Amino acid sequence: MVEIKDLHKSFNSNVVLDGVSFNVTEAENMVVFGRSGTGKSVLLKCMIRLMDPDAGDVFIQGKDVLKLELKELNELRKNIGFLFQGSALYDSMSVRENLEFPLIRNFDLDQKEIDERIHFVLEAVSLLEAINKMPSELSGGMRKRIGLARSIITKPKLMLYDEPTTGLDPITSKEISVLITELQHALKMTSIVVTHDLLCAKIIADRAIVLSEGKIVKEGSINDLTSSEDPLLKNFFSDEIIEHKGSMK
Amino acid sequence: MNNTSTTGKLFDTTEKRLTEFFNMLGGLTNFSIRFFKEVFLPPYEVEQIRKHMIELGMKTLPIVGVTGFIIGLVMAMQLSPVLKRFGAEAFLPGSVGISIVRELGPVICALIFAGRVSSGIGAELGSMRVTEQIDAMEVSGVNPFRYLVVTRIFATTFILPILTVYVIFISLIGAYIAVVLVQNMTWAYYLDRVIFSVEFGDAIPGVAKTFVFGYIVGLVGAYKGYTAENGTEGVGKASTSAVVVSSLLILIFDMVLVKLTLWIWPTVK
Repeated sequence: MVEIKDLHKSFNSNVVLDGVSFNVTEAENMVVFGRSGTGKSVLLKCMIRLMDPDAGDVFIQGKDVLKLELKELNELRKNIGFLFQGSALYDSMSVRENLEFPLIRNFDLDQKEIDERIHFVLEAVSLLEAINKMPSELSGGMRKRIGLARSIITKPKLMLYDEPTTGLDPITSKEISVLITELQHALKMTSIVVTHDLLCAKIIADRAIVLSEGKIVKEGSINDLTSSEDPLLKNFFSDEIIEHKGSMK
Repeated sequence: MNNTSTTGKLFDTTEKRLTEFFNMLGGLTNFSIRFFKEVFLPPYEVEQIRKHMIELGMKTLPIVGVTGFIIGLVMAMQLSPVLKRFGAEAFLPGSVGISIVRELGPVICALIFAGRVSSGIGAELGSMRVTEQIDAMEVSGVNPFRYLVVTRIFATTFILPILTVYVIFISLIGAYIAVVLVQNMTWAYYLDRVIFSVEFGDAIPGVAKTFVFGYIVGLVGAYKGYTAENGTEGVGKASTSAVVVSSLLILIFDMVLVKLTLWIWPTVK
């Protein structure tokens, strides 16, 4: 489904991705771990060409993403959902308009079908009552849910999540993580989740990789990673556990 | 030693500012080229353009109206004693009319428009950029440049001339009130004198140059907002510098366009 080969990206002298390679198979949930500033979000943005990498290859559904013309890229993007860190809801549009936007612009659907899809995704994220609200009237958790609803409304084959639980309280984080997993199973999507939230990863991940200084330092199941004797991983996960316990108090 | 380090710092700062300035000019040129490439390609966002024209026009209408009225009033009050000194009081309506139609109306309206609209576009697009809304649009397969930038530049280009005609009319009313205070003149006679003095050769270049001013306001505001970075601080900077740069460019282009008009249309005297 997704194949990343030897991806490099630098900002001036700051090397962010230094030869990152991995594969994600169909319907798999892959979690990318790493401390802040290790290039996790840059990795996601390079995958869908919101940023151009300096070198390397990205294949999604067999297509060489970095070599696609804009028209072909936009066609491919219709099959990809992206949940942004801050949800990125359009401030000037209501929830309904936010959800309608990708459908009206990209798909030839009649109003009845559009309404049905809006109803379906809002019900899936349990926010049917927010349909006419503006983004400014929503809480952080609600914005995440609506962002998620907007990402899945086009029925994407691949979902990319950029820190889906950042800025949320532990209970809402857990709810969002469970919701993501439920939607993954219901819609049979492949997903790549960038996070540093261990609880979120435990709920979602089939497999995980750890990024450090632009390289993948470890790959495996969450249990393999958390029980690893590697000093870097021990340090990372112990910090995460302390942070998680602290936020639960 | 101290002087050397001060000179060095001054040199570095000047070099940095000049680099930034030329980078901005390059960026604006590229942005402008991209606009002309995309504006003719479908889908044509007619509904968005209409929405922006109404929104921007309505937002600016009161402030340009008040400003135009005061400018007309003050202009007539200032000119009246000067013309009286030369025994040319009868030329007051014509002098005020020509000044307002040829220069004051278009430029004042454009500067007010720049202050109100360019900063607004800069802040709006800047905020969309730093909160990843533009990225979200791109990911969903929509061309954000066409949807957000082209529509706004198109709207500012065509709404400013309409506002300018309105400002000219309001300014003439303001000037009439000042004229009535010093001379016993009817509105019909005043208007007749203005129309007699102002020729098409005065009105057409005056209004036509506002298409360029409107384009500048939209272009600079959109460029500053679309390329904003560094979070909310970047949004503030985009908004402020959009006003400064667009106002400066309006004055520079006014100078060039006046010279150009007089060169290609020598009957305009």
